[in-house]
Amino acid sequence: MQTTALESVHVAAGARMVPFAGWNMPVQYRGILEEAKTVRERAGLFDLGHMGRVKVYGPEAEAFLQRLQTNDAASIKPGRIRYALILDEDGLTQDDILLYRNPADDGFFVVINAGNAQRDLERMRAVAADFDCTVEDCTQSLGMIAIQGPRSEDITQQLCSGDLASLGYYAWMQTDVCGVPMTLSRTGYTGEDGFEAYVPSGHETKVWNAFLEAGAAHELTPIGLGARDTLRHEAGMPLYGHEIDETTNPLEANLGWAVKMNHDFIGKGALERVTAAGGTGRKLVGLTTHTKRCPRQGYPIAAGDQTVGAVCSGSISPTLSAAGQATNIATAYVQDAFTEVGTELSFVVRGKAEPCVVTPLPFYKRAR
Amino acid sequence: MRPEDLKYQQTHEWVKIEGDTATIGITDHAVSHLSDLVFLDLPAAGSSVTMGESFGEIESVKAVSPLISPVSGEVLESNETLSDSLEWLSEEPFGKAWMIKVKLTDTSGDLMDAAAYDAHCTAEG
Repeated sequence: MQTTALESVHVAAGARMVPFAGWNMPVQYRGILEEAKTVRERAGLFDLGHMGRVKVYGPEAEAFLQRLQTNDAASIKPGRIRYALILDEDGLTQDDILLYRNPADDGFFVVINAGNAQRDLERMRAVAADFDCTVEDCTQSLGMIAIQGPRSEDITQQLCSGDLASLGYYAWMQTDVCGVPMTLSRTGYTGEDGFEAYVPSGHETKVWNAFLEAGAAHELTPIGLGARDTLRHEAGMPLYGHEIDETTNPLEANLGWAVKMNHDFIGKGALERVTAAGGTGRKLVGLTTHTKRCPRQGYPIAAGDQTVGAVCSGSISPTLSAAGQATNIATAYVQDAFTEVGTELSFVVRGKAEPCVVTPLPFYKRAR
Repeated sequence: MRPEDLKYQQTHEWVKIEGDTATIGITDHAVSHLSDLVFLDLPAAGSSVTMGESFGEIESVKAVSPLISPVSGEVLESNETLSDSLEWLSEEPFGKAWMIKVKLTDTSGDLMDAAAYDAHCTAEG
């Protein structure tokens, strides 16, 4: 089991630790619902040390990335970030990633999922063999800490020498946070404003504690992966192993916006064939319920007596519940004929059908 | 301290046996690990339960967990108020948060006393 530099900090803070993608990670500190509320209303701090972090550099780094992934790396401006996918030759999803383009040189920085890190790195190294570039795994040499929630900028600005008001969404800067030089990006996986900090190894605890101290007046508290999953689900963000995996393609997952057909990436031909065939016959949809039972991954989705899909992720929605809009939310792949917003379907739990309705994604969007 | 007059099983249910009646619930350890409880499904009176098999489900924000019966028999009574008062499970897991009463036909031989169960919880973390 791998551990992040902050493991003992989490244990001392009373976190419940669980194995996640081979890492011993905090799943919750105080309770998932309370933690989710904290992030929506104020701010929360996350240890994301398990995420894979990879530097790519060299004269052909851009050409390598154009082959590796679906988005148009060539059009990323220096200091900006894009969401992208790695596909296999059949157009099926191997991972979803973030691509950071360096401001000053030919380099990029890639953030990958912990559970796919080994497979991604093998593929990256294999593809890179045809290009003049270097793939360097920095997962051990960099920690990763996120602050998310409406108070994030106020808190982070107290610690940070750079001007955060000038840092746009999906942009990054090289700056100092509590005196430690690091990469800081305006990104996240909660649907709130916030930052992700790539902390040089050895400084994680110092930076973590500095955030908590600076955020004390805003009641900043650490948040576990359980609340992070609920928050990302409300915000309509896919999670590998749920909405996307090696049996789905990005078009049916509503991720066509992250696929640019102007370059020759692995899986492009397969996606062209899918498009020519009119799709795969199914689409990812959002579902909301007012039921006590919660739809869970794998539960069948039915229209009358007919099974028309299956649940990818299902959760109580603390934010929608508080607003009286729905108790539970789910994503599901559903046959095309049943994907229109407002379609009344059911999810089947232990043989019993419970009502749900097709709802636009994302379930939650913050006011900007 | 967990009550001495109850028996416990590894899956964190407790059972109190009085004559041929068994009262069943889940322990404080189970409640604390489930956290954020949202739904409880218990069998109706008159249905039968089987030792080692699920007699219901408890759902938290993140997961659905089966309730495993430590005994076999017929359900005499189900705690119907409990599903609308899930906070009782945190307040009095061994008291008013009992789940079902069963007319016994068989009990598991693998039940632990309070001391052995305490050790089991410590080992499990």
